[in-house]
Amino acid sequence: MSLLEVSNIRKSFGKTEVLRGIDFSLEKGDVLSIIGSSGSGKTTLLRCLNFLETPDTGTISINGKTIFDASLHKKLKETEIRSNRLHFGLVFQSFNLFPQYNVLDNITLAPKMRLNEMNYSKEEKKEHLQGIIKTAQQLLDKVGLTEKAASYPCELSGGQQQRVAIARALALSPDILCFDEPTSALDPELTGEVLRVIRDLKSSDCTMIVVTHEMEFAKNVSDKVIFMANGIIEEEGNPYDIFEAPKSPLTRAFLNKSVESF
Amino acid sequence: MGFWEVTLFLLDGFKVTCLLFLLTLIFSLPLGLIICMGTMTKFRPIRYIMKVFVWIIRGIPLMLQLFIVFYVPGMLFDIRIPDLEINVFGKTLEISARFLSALIAFVINYACYFSEIYRGGIQSISRGQYEAGQVLGMTKMQIFFKIILKQVIKRILPPVSNEVITLVKDTALARVISVVEIIKLAEQLASRALLWPLFYTGAFYLLFVGILTLLFNHFEKKLSYFKS
Repeated sequence: MSLLEVSNIRKSFGKTEVLRGIDFSLEKGDVLSIIGSSGSGKTTLLRCLNFLETPDTGTISINGKTIFDASLHKKLKETEIRSNRLHFGLVFQSFNLFPQYNVLDNITLAPKMRLNEMNYSKEEKKEHLQGIIKTAQQLLDKVGLTEKAASYPCELSGGQQQRVAIARALALSPDILCFDEPTSALDPELTGEVLRVIRDLKSSDCTMIVVTHEMEFAKNVSDKVIFMANGIIEEEGNPYDIFEAPKSPLTRAFLNKSVESF
Repeated sequence: MGFWEVTLFLLDGFKVTCLLFLLTLIFSLPLGLIICMGTMTKFRPIRYIMKVFVWIIRGIPLMLQLFIVFYVPGMLFDIRIPDLEINVFGKTLEISARFLSALIAFVINYACYFSEIYRGGIQSISRGQYEAGQVLGMTKMQIFFKIILKQVIKRILPPVSNEVITLVKDTALARVISVVEIIKLAEQLASRALLWPLFYTGAFYLLFVGILTLLFNHFEKKLSYFKS
């Protein structure tokens, strides 16, 4: 059984149909890259997985358990939607760190909120709180920013901010971590440090979906690549198939164009 | 009358000025938030009513609104705004019908201005901040109070301080319905051919605004540790 099963996801904004029936699955520990030109629907797909958009039709299941079903969605309570969405983590193109909190608090804010909602005794809470802080410090270590724990986002470079954002998403230990063009808002010399962190995560068996324009990265790091065009999956396969032997003329045209732009 | 006598005399009126200022702020700041929510709600009838209301209040001179609150309830509905005696910390505070009318007019007027400042502040926060909270599993309330609010406060502090300083001086309008604030008192002296106290009142306002300016600078500095 696959970790993630997505079937027949459709999404329209007004009269524009942005997603026209998306089906795919993902195995645990795999890295999936989604490529395609702007407007192909790849970001919308990612936002649907993270419940930032509600698909018009389709289902999403994790480990065989359906966490989204368009036909039932309206009946779900907010608390259920909230716990369902925690199967996914999302790293944004524009980082979206909380400016008024320092790095450590950015990472621990959401876990602390969740802790407050649990019915623990004072002692247990204290223990869990220490756990949350310890985890946050380990995550900071993982993304190479241990010494920045007390800094505020405005004191960090774009690359550092994005690494904090990755740590923040990991703090809730999602089953699948999603990246929405994580390096697009960065200066070229800063993309390397972020891509390196993502590569490290792969070696620690983290399941990831990366929407990206970095073709080299998609080619070298992914286990699976999806090429999207006009709201459907035009072609999918392992990186070799997609990049070296694309079958669809649209894929070929897209890849040629992205090679030219280098 | 000598300098000190005049000062003490005017101070009586300045107390009224300060009280009007303080009470207006206490009530209009939160009322502004309620009006703001009204103008931003997805429920259209309420939104339109609130927008028209804000348009009217911001569209008519404040001085006229003072007259309206003071005279119109009595003319149309035979309601008399009462004189009140309120107990505050064991002291009796006499609030005349005139003062109460002025207070009501000021509160409504300033709440409308504040509501627009709040709306601008809330709408200026990027959607990404809300979405970041959402994907981290936070509730709408948690997102607003833990993430958005402080950023809004930082952004609206300069325009709010502007309004607050304007309010200090707008209180002088209350004398059109015979609230005896500092300028009204100075005018009484002027009618007895003692003109200089009228200009001297400016010093009271200056001092008060100076203190407020320092206070707001302090708040701004406290929030300057982050960029939003």
